[in-house]
Amino acid sequence: MSVTPPVAPPGAAPTAPARLRESHARAWRGIGVGFLVKLVIMAVVNAFGILTILTAVGADSWLLASITAVLLIVADIVYFTRRALPLKYLLPGLIFLFAFQVFIFGYTAYIAFTNYGTGHAGSQSQAVDATLIQGERRVDDSATYPMAVVERLGTYGLAIADDDVVRVGTPDEPLTTVDGEIGASGAPTEVSGWTVVPRAEVLTDPAVQQAAAALRVPLSDDPNDGALRTRDGSTATVYTSTLVWDEQAQTITDTTTGTVYTATDRGTFTSADGQSLPTGWYVNVGFENFLRVFTDGALLQPLLSVTGWTFAFAILSVVISFGLGLLFAMIFNDPRVRARKFLRTLFILPYAFPAFMSALLFRGMFNSEFGVINDVFFFGLPINWLGDPVLAKLAVLWVNVWLSYPYWFLVCTGALQALPSDTLEAAQLDGAGRWRSFRSIVLPLLLVSTAPLAISSFAFSFNNFTVIYMFNNGGPAIPGAPYALGSTDILISAIYDISGVSGGAADYGLASALSIVVFVVVGAISALAFRQTRKLEEFA
Amino acid sequence: MTVTARGTGRDAARTTPAKKRRWLAEVGWKYPVAALIAFYALFPLVYVLSASLNPRGSLASSNALFSAVDISNYAALAGTSYWTWVGNTLFIGGVASVGAVLMGAAGAYAFSRFRFSGRRASLTGLLIVQMFPQALAFVAIFLMLLTIGEVVPALGINSKLALICVYLGGALGANTFLMYGFFNTIPIEIDESAKIDGATHAQIFWRLIMPLVTPILAVVALLAFIAAFGDYILARIILVSEDNWTLAVGMYQWVSNQLTSRWGLFAAGSVLASIPVLALFLSLQRYIVGGLTQGSVKG
Repeated sequence: MSVTPPVAPPGAAPTAPARLRESHARAWRGIGVGFLVKLVIMAVVNAFGILTILTAVGADSWLLASITAVLLIVADIVYFTRRALPLKYLLPGLIFLFAFQVFIFGYTAYIAFTNYGTGHAGSQSQAVDATLIQGERRVDDSATYPMAVVERLGTYGLAIADDDVVRVGTPDEPLTTVDGEIGASGAPTEVSGWTVVPRAEVLTDPAVQQAAAALRVPLSDDPNDGALRTRDGSTATVYTSTLVWDEQAQTITDTTTGTVYTATDRGTFTSADGQSLPTGWYVNVGFENFLRVFTDGALLQPLLSVTGWTFAFAILSVVISFGLGLLFAMIFNDPRVRARKFLRTLFILPYAFPAFMSALLFRGMFNSEFGVINDVFFFGLPINWLGDPVLAKLAVLWVNVWLSYPYWFLVCTGALQALPSDTLEAAQLDGAGRWRSFRSIVLPLLLVSTAPLAISSFAFSFNNFTVIYMFNNGGPAIPGAPYALGSTDILISAIYDISGVSGGAADYGLASALSIVVFVVVGAISALAFRQTRKLEEFA
Repeated sequence: MTVTARGTGRDAARTTPAKKRRWLAEVGWKYPVAALIAFYALFPLVYVLSASLNPRGSLASSNALFSAVDISNYAALAGTSYWTWVGNTLFIGGVASVGAVLMGAAGAYAFSRFRFSGRRASLTGLLIVQMFPQALAFVAIFLMLLTIGEVVPALGINSKLALICVYLGGALGANTFLMYGFFNTIPIEIDESAKIDGATHAQIFWRLIMPLVTPILAVVALLAFIAAFGDYILARIILVSEDNWTLAVGMYQWVSNQLTSRWGLFAAGSVLASIPVLALFLSLQRYIVGGLTQGSVKG
């Protein structure tokens, strides 16, 4: 206590005490290992970030470019200044949290108000491009150029000899004039910035052959100009579309039939007689996706049954496995039972077996023809566990209870051992029977510690995609339902079927709208849990 | 001497019919019940072990338990993509859990040791954000990765790195809270004395705090690994080509497409994959139970 730190003059750097600041100068021992590590990591991060910004700008992805730029600047400020100390620790996690949690929630909400999906999968200019490509034909008098296949960083392109000028382009970049040499055959032999793929390789290597045949290099930014394609690998021909895009009038005209398709506010090109071109773009449709659920009877009926089953599945899963776990815990929470540790290990083994494998395992065991359950326990009767709506529900509940009762067994064992023994003794002295003391003392005390867990377990079962999907794909199918909905589908697996992310017709808009509804439900459940646990008190 | 005392007690119970009846009524009946529960718990596991050893490898032939014992199914796994999937799963789970631990620990350290403006608000925000399951937003994740993939293919659809990033995005909330409580139990005097000795905050974090919180780091790493191991929906959407699949995606394909013929392979694969998990789980039981009761459930 004898050493008095020199008092900092008023108004001088409020961040660090003066004593520390002085010792920084004296204790200078060169650049530390930590600093070097930081420098290397930040160099890599910056290199990657700048590369991303450059490619994003090249691909006209301005949103991605600006987000990356902002993140990069923030990261450099945070790690190369002395300020914002807590952010040095929080930033990496926060970036991931914002990109893959907060942003995607917002993005889900955005998609929910669009008709994004099959037939409406991009912007209008993408839709125009795709439509014109589909209408592309080789016109009889179209120009033909000697050409060579060129390659750069795994991207293939076409180089043509246009009189004595070499022009090169890729599917993403229209033709531009570059320096190069034209060989005796009339085709480019050297192209600046590109590697010319030898003719022999184009003709013999199946991978290159395929890539060359699929190449389509636009002549210019205007999609009406057409594109170069090659059939033989040595000449490129201009293909032009029979469809003509008029950006001013917002129409596409089919030159062969004369039909005019006009852009609609529904994101399609529709002709006067109501015919639409297959490719559209996505537009804002307001609350239509939400309203569709209620107005489309074919959709509402199955969705209501799915919603009912979701609640039934989640509630029954928690109640049955909680009851079973508690029962087992009470039976074996008895010091007179020997080998309790061994028994406990046996009982919880289903919990340690990975859940998705258990669901797949039961899928085979419940098979009506060859499954071990019919074969051994039902004398070979062909009970159609997976094909009957009621039996399938029972079976998937059985599976989920088998999976999760050990959790409650563990939790309840712990909670029972934490019960105050004097209260129980007092009850016994007052003449309370076993049932009475269980109902009035054990259960209420137990619920205090387990209710929050039960709520979070309910929220988990509510979205337990893995078990439902692995066990039976949510089947058996509900007859007449659109989007392949099934009787054991819960909301999240129904959304998965509707979304079409795994292939088939996609309806991202409707799926996102349903996700939003489930978010609201889960949020309400969590708010309940939030109040229950009052976790906030921990950091008050 | 308690052993002898208990021994004579049991002898007494055996000898006196009244005491024996009481023993049966209060303790004895629990053993048959235990056998029943053990049968319920273990039958599927014994069955899958038996099916994995059955050389005929079809669903129908697996019903007679241990009718034939052979390791041909295990050997046949080498001819499939199984080991590629194991490698992918280990890589994705390993990187995701290391990342989750580092980010969670850094976050918990910041919240536990620094007092900064917006601290309470960010803790509450974190708590609210982590309540919403990331898997529900799979459509947005899919579309976002499609967009990113056009610019940075290494982070787009069909990239293991992209899947890891998605897992890391969901990791911060719950893990930070799990660790935050534990960090608060480490006395702050330790930091303060180190600070007086001239240690920087980075030195305090890496050299002092991290060794002290190892138990919770292990629990979070394990939970993150198990979550990545068991995830199907995101892995299925993001990983397109067969050589990028995880075990969950690959084994689902086996069972859903050719249920009857690939059953032996599936059984062998699941026995192999679950033995390390079982061993880890049983050895870390104590910690996992602690972690479970703090709010996480099986994934």
